Amino acid sequence: MKRLALILAIIAAPVLADSKLPPAPLANTQLRDPAREAQAQALMVTLRCLVCQGQSIADSDAEMAGDMRSLVRTRIQAGESPASIRKWLVTRYGDYVTYDPPMSALTAPLWIAPLALLAFGLWLARASFRKRRRG
Amino acid sequence: MRLWLPLLAFAALLAVVATALYKPADRAVHSALVGQPLPAFRTEPLLAGRPGVASAADGKPRLINVYASWCLPCIAEAPQLMRLKAAGVRIDGIAVRDTPEAMRQFLARNGDPYAAIGADKDGAVQLALGSSGVPETFLVDGRGHILDQHIGDIRADEVDGILKTLGQAR
Repeated sequence: MKRLALILAIIAAPVLADSKLPPAPLANTQLRDPAREAQAQALMVTLRCLVCQGQSIADSDAEMAGDMRSLVRTRIQAGESPASIRKWLVTRYGDYVTYDPPMSALTAPLWIAPLALLAFGLWLARASFRKRRRG
Repeated sequence: MRLWLPLLAFAALLAVVATALYKPADRAVHSALVGQPLPAFRTEPLLAGRPGVASAADGKPRLINVYASWCLPCIAEAPQLMRLKAAGVRIDGIAVRDTPEAMRQFLARNGDPYAAIGADKDGAVQLALGSSGVPETFLVDGRGHILDQHIGDIRADEVDGILKTLGQAR
């Protein structure tokens, strides 16, 4: 009995949280126009897959990432600019969805902190060089 | 004073770790549309004889439930939706990547609280709403503004809160 249960557990297919519908039309199909496809690709590598969270939608195999790729390609094909597509997604998911966050009060330290640290280092170096010269 | 400094630093570190332990960070992806009008959308009906879902407001508050027949937590949520329906709440369903046959079976097994069910074949409406999974439920007021977004299945003890929010909205 135990062995049977074990065999059943081994051959049982895992239950995936995915639908049975095929991927969205442009999820895994490149655009005909190479320039447009390059534009779409450049945008997709900077958009976060919302259900995998550490991957871009270009990298992810998740169903939702496929839907997002299809959305990006459809809109690029229709002539929409990558910046406007990114903005459309940011109005829905916040800055979280983009790997290229805009400057805001929250993200300002990312740019300011290195400069501040550099200035502090210069000040420190200057002070210690001065001391040495005197001694 | 000097001697106490490391201990103070350690106590501060401990406090940071303890707060994160007792109150873990919220990892859910919230829709940035909460507090704003529903984005314009219109879905085809998934089932014959029942309308699809559109963003147009009709003056009454409602729930827009983003769900699917292939979603397991949606089964756990079903009894709570039935209770909300019994309390007079209108529930519109957005069926993400679903087929009519699978949905009929799902409704027969788990109950059917939906006034309308829209087919979202490629997740486009889900993306338009700023939803990142199933189930998610949007509380919408009579003017079509999103009052709140409930992420994950609605638990039994959360039904009253939803009724209260909808009751206050007009």
